[in-house]
Amino acid sequence: MGTMTIDGRAVEFTDEKNVLTIIRKAGINIPTLCYQPELSTFGACRLCTVQDDKGKLFASCSEEPRDGMVIFTNTAKLRKYRKLIVELLLAAHCRDCTTCRDSGECKLQDLAHKMGVRDVRFQNYKEEHPIDMTSPSIVRDPNKCILCGNCVRVCEEIQSVGALGFAHRGTDAIVIPAFDKDIAATDCVNCGQCRVMCPTGAITIRSNRTDVWNVLGDDKLRVVAQIAPAVRVAVGDHFGLPHGKNSIGKIVNALHRLGFDEVYDTIYSADLTIMEESAEFLDRVANGGRLPLLTSCCPAWVKFVTDQYQEFVPNVSTCRSPQGMLSAVVKEYFRDPANAGDKKTVMVSIMPCTAKKAEALRPNSKTKGEQDTDYVLTTTELIRMIEEYGINLAELEPEEADSPFGIGSGGGVIFGVTGGVTEAVLRRLAPDEKPETIQTIAESGVRGYEGIKEFTVPYNGMDVNICVASGLANARTVMERVKNGEANYHLIEVMACPGGCVMGGGQPVKTRDKVKRTEGIFEADEKSAIKKSDANPLMDELYARLSHEQVHELLHNEFY
Amino acid sequence: MLDQSYYKKADEVIEHYGRRAASLIPIMQDIQAEYRYLPGELLTYVASQIGVTEAKAYSVATFYENFSFEPKGKYIIKVCDGTACHVRKSMPVKEAMLKELGLSHKKHTTDDMLFTIETVSCLGACGLAPTCTVNDEVHPKMTPEKAIELLDGLRGESA
Repeated sequence: MGTMTIDGRAVEFTDEKNVLTIIRKAGINIPTLCYQPELSTFGACRLCTVQDDKGKLFASCSEEPRDGMVIFTNTAKLRKYRKLIVELLLAAHCRDCTTCRDSGECKLQDLAHKMGVRDVRFQNYKEEHPIDMTSPSIVRDPNKCILCGNCVRVCEEIQSVGALGFAHRGTDAIVIPAFDKDIAATDCVNCGQCRVMCPTGAITIRSNRTDVWNVLGDDKLRVVAQIAPAVRVAVGDHFGLPHGKNSIGKIVNALHRLGFDEVYDTIYSADLTIMEESAEFLDRVANGGRLPLLTSCCPAWVKFVTDQYQEFVPNVSTCRSPQGMLSAVVKEYFRDPANAGDKKTVMVSIMPCTAKKAEALRPNSKTKGEQDTDYVLTTTELIRMIEEYGINLAELEPEEADSPFGIGSGGGVIFGVTGGVTEAVLRRLAPDEKPETIQTIAESGVRGYEGIKEFTVPYNGMDVNICVASGLANARTVMERVKNGEANYHLIEVMACPGGCVMGGGQPVKTRDKVKRTEGIFEADEKSAIKKSDANPLMDELYARLSHEQVHELLHNEFY
Repeated sequence: MLDQSYYKKADEVIEHYGRRAASLIPIMQDIQAEYRYLPGELLTYVASQIGVTEAKAYSVATFYENFSFEPKGKYIIKVCDGTACHVRKSMPVKEAMLKELGLSHKKHTTDDMLFTIETVSCLGACGLAPTCTVNDEVHPKMTPEKAIELLDGLRGESA
């Protein structure tokens, strides 16, 4: 509690953890490269350096606020230092900005532009390192690394994976996996949070844009898109629509224009997931199956379990993810000669997630020997493709997704946020979808931004203990409790990205508004006439068509 | 794959210092003292046992010059490059040895595992500069010619 003077104006503060936060709250967006509020403070980039009334310079990210402080953020000296820092960073950095994967999103590029760095006076003596293209999800280019450590900290602190670390010292320092292994050979779960935190092009999305343009240009192919729930609330703001606005109709229109023959909605198969997972859950409860049931929608979480909690692999739901289910069902539909025509079907899924790219390539993501999902585009790649095509999403008329896989319930939409899968399961198990029933479920403890949510709901005279976690460090905490017998759950939902898929590793990073995106998802849910997955009329229609064997073949995994 | 005995030794060292992240450096030092290098597989094993990530352990091991992932030769030759030795031309001594053995600033150990050449900052024998040690035995007032003789002598010794 107290007051400080920032650039001559009195600013009150309460419990902010550092001076930087107060300066930013006062409306001065002081630049940083290594500071991320959700991570530990590293103090490496020195860009947030400010001056006090005695002329002392200090990094505002690492300074505790004190009452009566007098701070200057933009003196001539500070501007000179900041510009020099950026110049020095650029000196040891690959400067092929125009062809860089991160061009336009790079914070370093942005700062150089804002500070008017027009000349780099120093030569680059850094050794060149090979680019790591082994991951289907991310690309690592150490030549563009500025050693801010954001990726190292997010991987260790938020995800508790620790696939990356600093190695060597001084001018030889580099961020690499242990023993300079390929990233694909580590415990990396492909979540892409490192790419979200990376201020430069050192870690970027492994793009499939060219692949998708190529199939879109081939007349002999039927190119089918599916759009995940979290995508619809993260595209619009790039085109000037309000943050978090659900733009599904405009996205469908854009995809049709891009040349997709069919555009389906992943909320359809989210409903399907709920049907199958609820049935599996009830079956395990009734027949003494392995509990707690662990959700299987998030591929980063599934890899985390298979890498680090082998003994719990049988607890993972056998259900395929919504991406996997829809691709399998669509491909099966077009295998039917009545629907096939003379075209081969290519499935492209549009996801908020980099790990989905890896999931699509998993050996169990195949049906009849054929890969179910051919290409995965992240939200970020979709935005670039729409821009490349030259259309302004904001001006497009909304269009409906195509039948017969274009409709989903509100339960399917909320898959995009942490707790959404569980909430949809609870709706499925509820006797009706009266507003008060839906409201009771919403207030059961399933909603909210906490990393770990524990609550109990009654079902058929039984107390169902549920845990919902997001962020893999939180998931580890939960799994350790389960392992040590300290907690007894029936169902555990985990999403690897903190906040769920709306904050996924493939989402745009310029505006990462968790609250707005979450609200956008719940608004879409409120607007949907159907709340329960089992009330989706397309479910009955599909189950009437599929044999028991097909249900197993298309909707479940044999192994992990 | 390392022999099981290496892991047994690692277990002993870990027990001695305790399964804590803070034990990492002393454990690595003891393992290196035992084998004259730090086997990478053991570093991974130690990390998993004391609850630090492999990447973090690798980070620490590569930060300090002292740790080596490569087995060192029978004769570890430390060429002093402290101030006194440096001004008395210790680097030509080292260069001569590197050239004679076909080594470089990146390759420190000969393929026959006989020699490892390292640079150290000061051996505390400035009066004898330029100096080097062979497995802790001091050789004073070196010249490039004497260095070659020294290597020849050691080769003869082990032949």
